[in-house]
Amino acid sequence: MPAKASRAAFGEALLDLGARDERIVTLDADLSKSTMTVNFAKKYPGRAFNLGIAESNMLGVGAGLALTGRIPFACSFACFVVGRFETIRISVAYTNANVKIVGTHSGIAIGEDGYSQMGVEDVACIRALPNIGIIQPADELETKQVIAYAVEHAGPLYLRLTRQNLEPVCPPDYRFRYGRWLLLRPGHHVTLVGSGGPLFNCLEAAKLLEADGISAEVINAACIKPLDEELLLRSAGKTGHVVTAEDHSIAGGLGGAVAEALGEVLPTPVKRLGVQGFGESGDAKGLYAKHGLDPAGIAASVRKFLNR
Amino acid sequence: MAEVRLESIARECRVQILRMLAHAGSGHPGGSLSVIDILVTLFFGRLRHDPRRPDWADRDRVVLSKGHAVPALYTVLAKAGYFPEKSLITLRKLGSPLQGHPDRTALPGIEAATGSLGQGLSISLGLALGLKLAGSAARVYCILGDGEIQEGQVWEAAMSAPKLGQPDHALDNLVVFLDGNQIQLDNFVKKVLDIEPVITKWQAFGWPVIEIDGHDIGQIAKALDQAEATRGKPTFVVAHTVKGKGVSFMENDPEWHGKAPKPAEAIAAIREVLGVAAGAWEDYLKTDAATRAIVDELSLLEKK
Repeated sequence: MPAKASRAAFGEALLDLGARDERIVTLDADLSKSTMTVNFAKKYPGRAFNLGIAESNMLGVGAGLALTGRIPFACSFACFVVGRFETIRISVAYTNANVKIVGTHSGIAIGEDGYSQMGVEDVACIRALPNIGIIQPADELETKQVIAYAVEHAGPLYLRLTRQNLEPVCPPDYRFRYGRWLLLRPGHHVTLVGSGGPLFNCLEAAKLLEADGISAEVINAACIKPLDEELLLRSAGKTGHVVTAEDHSIAGGLGGAVAEALGEVLPTPVKRLGVQGFGESGDAKGLYAKHGLDPAGIAASVRKFLNR
Repeated sequence: MAEVRLESIARECRVQILRMLAHAGSGHPGGSLSVIDILVTLFFGRLRHDPRRPDWADRDRVVLSKGHAVPALYTVLAKAGYFPEKSLITLRKLGSPLQGHPDRTALPGIEAATGSLGQGLSISLGLALGLKLAGSAARVYCILGDGEIQEGQVWEAAMSAPKLGQPDHALDNLVVFLDGNQIQLDNFVKKVLDIEPVITKWQAFGWPVIEIDGHDIGQIAKALDQAEATRGKPTFVVAHTVKGKGVSFMENDPEWHGKAPKPAEAIAAIREVLGVAAGAWEDYLKTDAATRAIVDELSLLEKK
C-alpha cells in the first residue's frame, strides 16, 4: 500500500460505508474539500450538510441528528472543531449523543499553515470528557477499519486524522479493536508508544537504536481513550522504560495518559515526546526534527533517557 | 373554553413552581414564571406525545434551551404524567432525576441537555432535520431566553435554520419561541447588552416572525397555527413576557432571576397566583385541600 493521509482514507471509507448504511450523514464547516467528505457529498447530496464556518452549530446539529437515529460525522480541522469545547461537552458528551467528531489536520505536520491551524491540544481537551472515546489511526488500513468501527460504536467518538500521508505500519491481517493496542515490534530495553503520524518514525528510530544495541519495543496506540492498560503494563513491566511520541502537546495527550495510568499501577520512568508550545510555519519534516519527532530525534531522546 | 382550561393548568403549574423552588432553596423563579404559559399551551393544547412512550420516534419535541427555567418544564411533565407530582419537591436534591438544569439522561420527557446557554437551537435544528430525513411528521419546539440570544452559537443556528435541508427537507417543522421577559441574571437585557431590534434581526436571517403576548394562551395558540401553516421555513415567535409573572413582588425584578423564595414568600406568592385576597386566605384554604397541603408543607419547611 502506498502512503496515504488518514483524512483521504476516511473519505474513501465513508463512500463505501454510506452505500451500506443510510443512517450515515456528514456535517462540515466549509472545509469539506480538506476533510475529504466532498466525495460523499457528491454521491449522497441529501445526506451531506455544509453548515458554513460555524462549528458550534455544526456540533449541535450533529447532536440533534444523532438523537433522531442518524450517525453524523461532524468534520473540521482538529483545532477548530475541538475549539468548540463547551458545545462538545454538553450537546455531545454529556448527552452521550452518537456523534462522530472528526478532527483532520491534527498536529504540527500540517506545516506551512502554521500555529493557528495546528490542533495540538485537542486530545487533552477531549480526554477530560466522560463518554467520548479518542481514536487516532496510523495508516490507511487502520483508518478504514476505525471508520467502519465508528459506525458500529454506540456513542460519541473523537477521530483524529492527518493531513499528511502516512506510511503503512500495520500488518495486512490487522484487525482494529476498540481499547486495544498493537505490538508492532517486540523489544526489551525500552517501550516506544506511538500514535498517528509519529508512529512510523518510532519504527525507524527502533532500527537506529538496534544498531546501537538498544532493543526497542514499538506499540501502536491508536486508541488513546480508553488506553490498552493491559498491553501497556505488560510492556512497561518488561522494559522498565516508556517513551511516548505524538504530534500533540506533551501536556495532556497520549504521553499524559500513559504517565497517569502507569503512575497509579506500575510507576515507571516515562519520557514524553511531542509538541512544546503552539507550533509555527515551516516544512513538516523540519518541524518534526525541531520537536524531536523525527527518527533521529526519537532515537536521541531514547538514548539520553536510558543514559546510553 | 379550551383557553380557560389551559389558564387553570398554568395557574396550578405556577403554584408547583413556587412550591418546588422553596423546597429546593435555590433555582430560577423569574424565568420559570415567564415561560410557563407557553409550555402549558404546548403540552396541553398542541403536542403529540405519549408520557407512557417517551422514546416514541414520532413524538413532537420541546427543547427548553433556556434550561434554567426547567422547574416550569418539570411541572408540565408531571401534570402530563411523565412522573408523579410528588417528585417535584426532589428538585435539585442529590440523586433526583430533577436536576437543576434539564438532563435527558436522567428524566424521560427531557429532550436535550441544556442550561449551558446558546446550544438548544442548534440541537433543535438537528432534531428537525433528522425528523424530516426520517419522513416523520413530528414537530420541534425550541424556547430561547432573550438574554440567551447574546450567545454567538444562537446566531450561527439562526443563520443556518431557514436554509438547512432545503429544498427537500426544509425545517418548517421547527418553531422557536423567544421568551422575551427583558431580564437576565445581572440586570435588564437592554442594560447588559441590548438585543433590539430583535424582530428585524431574525427577519433579516430569513425567518417569518410572529409577535405575541406570551401570557395570552389564545395568542400563543394562534401563533402555533400560523407556524404550522407555514411551508418551507421555520417560524420565530417573539413572546413578550413578564419575568416573575403572577407574583407582584417578583415581577420585573432582576433580583428574582436566580433566587428561590423562602417558604413564607412562596406561600404569599401562591396566594397571589390563585388570586385570593390576604383576608380571605384562611377561608379559601378550607375549600382547597390540595393547596392547603402545599401550604402546610411549606409552613413546616419555614419552621425548620
